[in-house]
Amino acid sequence: MITSPTYTQCMTPLAVDVNALVKRYGTIIAADGLSFTAARGEVTALLGPNGAGKTTTVEICEGYRRADGGTVRVLGLDPRDQALRARVGVMPQSGGVPTGTRAGDYLRLIASFYAHPVDSEMLLERLGLTSSARTPYRRLSGGQQQRLSLAAAVVGRPELVFLDEPTAGLDPQARHATWELVEELKTAGVAVILTTHHMEEAERLADHVVIVDRGVVISSGGPPELTGAERQLRFRARPGLGLDELLSALPPATMAKESPAGHYVIEGDLVPELLASVTAWCASHGVMTEDLRIERRTLEDVFLELTGRELR
Amino acid sequence: MSSVFTPSPGAAPLPRMVGAQTSHELRTLLRNGEQLLLTLIIPVALLVLFSSAPLLDLGPGRRVDFLTPGVLALAVLSTAFTGQAIGTGFERRYGVLKRLGATPLPRSGLIAAKSLTVLLVELLQTLVIGAVALALGWSPHGNPLTAILFVLLGTAAFSGFGLLMAGTLRAEATLAAANLVYLLLLVLGGVVFPLTKFSGGLRSVLELLPISALADGLRQVLQHGAGLPARDLLVLAVWAVLGLALAARFFRWE
Repeated sequence: MITSPTYTQCMTPLAVDVNALVKRYGTIIAADGLSFTAARGEVTALLGPNGAGKTTTVEICEGYRRADGGTVRVLGLDPRDQALRARVGVMPQSGGVPTGTRAGDYLRLIASFYAHPVDSEMLLERLGLTSSARTPYRRLSGGQQQRLSLAAAVVGRPELVFLDEPTAGLDPQARHATWELVEELKTAGVAVILTTHHMEEAERLADHVVIVDRGVVISSGGPPELTGAERQLRFRARPGLGLDELLSALPPATMAKESPAGHYVIEGDLVPELLASVTAWCASHGVMTEDLRIERRTLEDVFLELTGRELR
Repeated sequence: MSSVFTPSPGAAPLPRMVGAQTSHELRTLLRNGEQLLLTLIIPVALLVLFSSAPLLDLGPGRRVDFLTPGVLALAVLSTAFTGQAIGTGFERRYGVLKRLGATPLPRSGLIAAKSLTVLLVELLQTLVIGAVALALGWSPHGNPLTAILFVLLGTAAFSGFGLLMAGTLRAEATLAAANLVYLLLLVLGGVVFPLTKFSGGLRSVLELLPISALADGLRQVLQHGAGLPARDLLVLAVWAVLGLALAARFFRWE
């Protein structure tokens, strides 16, 4: 939702338009024909295993690095255009704040670079930093440093913000405060691009998810599109149930798996009879189920399916 | 629906950005104990120590008149070169420069703020060193504008090399090298030890150092009332052009 459309917003509906991006570091190919778009007033999440090319892509969009190939437009402009600096907020993965500078002083300094900044005191308050406003950056906790960094990215009232792992290392309270801020940014019409390893975060915040692996986009869409309409029956029980025997009691084309041990997933046409058959089979084998539920696949399931389970 | 975050982008006017960054850099410097030691305490201590005790043969004339120009040159070296190299080196290492690059403050504005900060600290150093020197009986001669010209040229030369070091070496290497250079130039650059103590061949090389040209130029003006020490001015100008050109060419922001 765009609340105060301006001339440029009408001209360029896309906040970010990346097309066939290529970036190499020596023999390593970080981006290998990567394409995606991000709309204004939406949260776009870039997901991918470590080394997939997320940070490279984001840093090219932020104007820090040059692409070796393809086209990148940010708010309709070349990402290195100096005019974007006032329109785009950036929260790097870590650091960037002078270690001896007090939190409040830093935010006021950054605010003074903008024509119409958000009130610094209000922003500190919103992010629970008021009591640390006089604390030097190096003595803030990791979570406080992250929140200060987030505040600095949004204080200039940008049209677009890049948040690189904004909730890494945050406690649940701080994570929720961050999520609420991101939701408010979106409601206010700001385009948000975030990278994250928390699938739950992407599922909750993102309108659009882009899954990146080995320098290319391997899947994208809204979270419901990615997870699909298909549902699963899940339950926990003692490990080592005879799944073949269970399947023989169910309609053909039903699938069952145990992963990890003691966690069972059954996929197929989830009609009431199927649920009854499963519980009847369990009852006849003296199996007590726990956490029995029917749900959609999670984004994490989809992510692991697409990118594999091996460690990188 | 209206929110405090409804986009309203825009950069502040450049003078406001540069002013805010300068004030930030000044506060950072003045709060830093090691910086104060380097920029104020060591120069003042050298001035007081060697003025009051005849530990060195400083040549004819009053000791304080010889020492004050040298200590002023040292003050310029400590702020424009050593302090700036170390401070900027760590800012680069911690991604501070990179992050500022994502704000509307242009690089030219950041460099302007850094230069302004150096000049303001030098003004403070000059006031303190001058006051201490006057209390020790210093009687300056010559045209103060010529002395200021020397300080500005020296600042340009030392800033160039300080930024070159900060923008190319690792922060730890810059820390070590900038302190080493400070110490070497203090001893070898005619700051408190007269260059006349060195043998002819070595001396003519040492006279080409930027610190020697600055110390000698200030001494010619402030101690001997010289008009415009052309040789020192030329040496310093060459160092300034060289340093700034190399820094502009090789400085890396991250």
